[in-house]
Amino acid sequence: MIGATQGRTFRHGIHPEEHKEQTLGSLIQRMPFPAEVVLPLSQHLGASSKPVVKSGDKVYRGQLIAAADGFMSVPLHASVTGQVTAIEKRHHPSGKMVEAIIIASDLNSPQTLFNEGPIAWQHSSTKELLTAIQGGGFVGLGGAAFPTHVKFSVPDGKRVRFLLINGCECEPYLTTDHRIMLEYADAILLGIRIVQHLLGAEKTYLSVENNKWDAIRMLRERIPADLACEVIPLQTKYPQGAEKMLIAAVLHREVPSGRLPIDVQVMVSNVGTVAGIGDLFAYGQPLIERVVTVTGPGIKHPSTLLIPLGTRLSDILDYCGGISAATRQVIFGGPMMGSPQARLDVPILKGTSGIVCLTEVLATDRKEYACIRCSACLDACPVFLNPSQLGSLAKNGRYEDMLGLHIMDCIECGSCSIPLVQRFKVAKGLIRVKQQKKKAAA
Amino acid sequence: MGDNTPQLVLSSAPFQKRPVDTPLVMRHVLYSLIPVMLAAIYFFGISALLIILVCVFGCVLTEWICSSGPLRNSSLLDGSAVLTAVLLALTLPPGIALWMAFAGGVISILLGKILFGGLGQNIFNPSLTGRAFLQACFPVPLTTWAPNMGFDDFFTLRGDLFTFPFTTPHFDAISAATPLARMKFDREATDLLDLLLGTTSGSLGETSAILILLGGAYLAYRQFLNWRVPVGIFLAAFVTASLLHGWDAGRHPDGVFHLFSGGLMLGAVYMATDPVTSPVTPIGSWVYAICIGVLVVAIRQFGGLTEGVMYAILFMNAWTPMIDRVTQPRTYGTIKTETSPGDGND
Repeated sequence: MIGATQGRTFRHGIHPEEHKEQTLGSLIQRMPFPAEVVLPLSQHLGASSKPVVKSGDKVYRGQLIAAADGFMSVPLHASVTGQVTAIEKRHHPSGKMVEAIIIASDLNSPQTLFNEGPIAWQHSSTKELLTAIQGGGFVGLGGAAFPTHVKFSVPDGKRVRFLLINGCECEPYLTTDHRIMLEYADAILLGIRIVQHLLGAEKTYLSVENNKWDAIRMLRERIPADLACEVIPLQTKYPQGAEKMLIAAVLHREVPSGRLPIDVQVMVSNVGTVAGIGDLFAYGQPLIERVVTVTGPGIKHPSTLLIPLGTRLSDILDYCGGISAATRQVIFGGPMMGSPQARLDVPILKGTSGIVCLTEVLATDRKEYACIRCSACLDACPVFLNPSQLGSLAKNGRYEDMLGLHIMDCIECGSCSIPLVQRFKVAKGLIRVKQQKKKAAA
Repeated sequence: MGDNTPQLVLSSAPFQKRPVDTPLVMRHVLYSLIPVMLAAIYFFGISALLIILVCVFGCVLTEWICSSGPLRNSSLLDGSAVLTAVLLALTLPPGIALWMAFAGGVISILLGKILFGGLGQNIFNPSLTGRAFLQACFPVPLTTWAPNMGFDDFFTLRGDLFTFPFTTPHFDAISAATPLARMKFDREATDLLDLLLGTTSGSLGETSAILILLGGAYLAYRQFLNWRVPVGIFLAAFVTASLLHGWDAGRHPDGVFHLFSGGLMLGAVYMATDPVTSPVTPIGSWVYAICIGVLVVAIRQFGGLTEGVMYAILFMNAWTPMIDRVTQPRTYGTIKTETSPGDGND
């Protein structure tokens, strides 16, 4: 009954080695509160938040410490009870120096949540619900960190018929969403009810890859009869969790090039995000902690941890027994689309779904050979590009010609190959710069 | 962060990928050819072995001389020169003079690959380029076929292999017509079982259809071979031949005979599928394969030559960039499917 081919899927894609066994059975455990947290003001796409506390202030866990700067921004809350020791530039996982609020935790505090209790939602207007979600500091927890209230704001004239909840977790190694589905099902289902109500969606499809059959079975049992929600098993294939692929798999619709899911009346949200929204309305808890898979061949004790935002990478690794001397890369996110870290003193952010410690560097350890046009990349590309030809154009700097072959539709999933997708990222960056210059000149 | 903090390496994603690279593909294609080579040695004895070795020597030596600096190792180690050599050897008749085989190897790499800019850049299949060169220069030795004698005569040379370079070899002893020649000139069919097992005369590798198909099936299973190309060629050749056979059975042999005779098997499975010189797009692959299949039968039945596979493939190689250009895949989201009817969206 449980077969790898059971369930819907998209066309093309690849089957990378899963490596999920390290943390598959590890229950989510709360990591002890660290002595200090570093909370960068920019943890999301959009404008940085503005501090409302100053150095020396005493803050409580869950208290607002930085307000949203406009609509394309979200506020930030203290993830521990303690004292603000500084507001200064610190190393950010992106590699930049970013303004951050540093809080020394009060080691004697019970770390109770500072909040105003549950938030009523049944009779609230869309605007009130969106304001509450923005007030909770919510961004997409799958990794993109796009402000949730902006995503959920349906423009005039558009409508959302279907809500897709993304529980695919197609990235190798990560089991964050898997554990969330198994352990926070009630929060997810409440979150779905609220978001469905907010968007006015007819139906919710909770999409889960069929390598998480325990979660599929359990969620199916838990869905209340009055909730228009269905669990959809999907084939285990990368990049199943990419928004466009998920929509193609579940609803057989294609998002037009350069447009958004809402243009095909669909909204996609990650399971972790809706679970967080469920907790926000049930307990008034803003986004101050998240579940992170700490895994990979380099870590001593792979675990699934509930970690206060702003906890330093080094503290997390130490708590998991440390990394071996053979570790050569530490990745935030998954090994297909994550970002590598150069320093261990960076904090985890709202969008950090996993910490993967790798002992081999494929990009530099492996040789690049000439392309023999074997067409494996065409069979892998989930957006049906011709990576082989794009690669040779990129090598020769022919970016204009790449535009004609739809390079801007590349989702940078890396299914084609490591050298190809790296060239595409560079090419897309250069094309964007060129286009902006052209726009500025016009 | 203690003293034993490792030096972390920065690179851009992805950090994990299926470990397939060019040398791996080349290696597996060579593995799949081992049964075919063994069959050649079984049928044609030490001559086959010598021809394969001399071709490998010619190809690898040329590759080594023509590549220099950091390129040298990569282009030698990727295994492509050895594969070109083996495929060239398999298209040669068992009695060919060794110096000709060597020249074929040199030309395959030099004209077929290096002149275009090395691996991945060439327009024509290198092995077939080498063979076409030999065919043009030495038409008689290239179409003189020693009989298939089996393993008893392992040490008997199948021709004047050791002719001094640039002299003409002697053909006094033995020669036998290939199934295609017998069909074309004598209207005489060959038993299908002989064609399947390879107990006929012909080039080193164009004898045993079963072994070639097995090799191809293995490669297709491992996804190292574009299955559309051989399937397209088989279908097109079979249909074309059958139509001709139905029209005039006396002049045209049936489709099955065409499939299993001459170089069609080897060409369809190992030459036409050369990824460098065949289209990358799925639709393009079908167009390319069907054209080859039709051309093979057309050349065989209406041309002056008995064999049409080599020219059919080389001709379609030339069309590959054009086919690729007009059969680009449709990118996700580029056809307007904005809303299904009745969705009520403006």
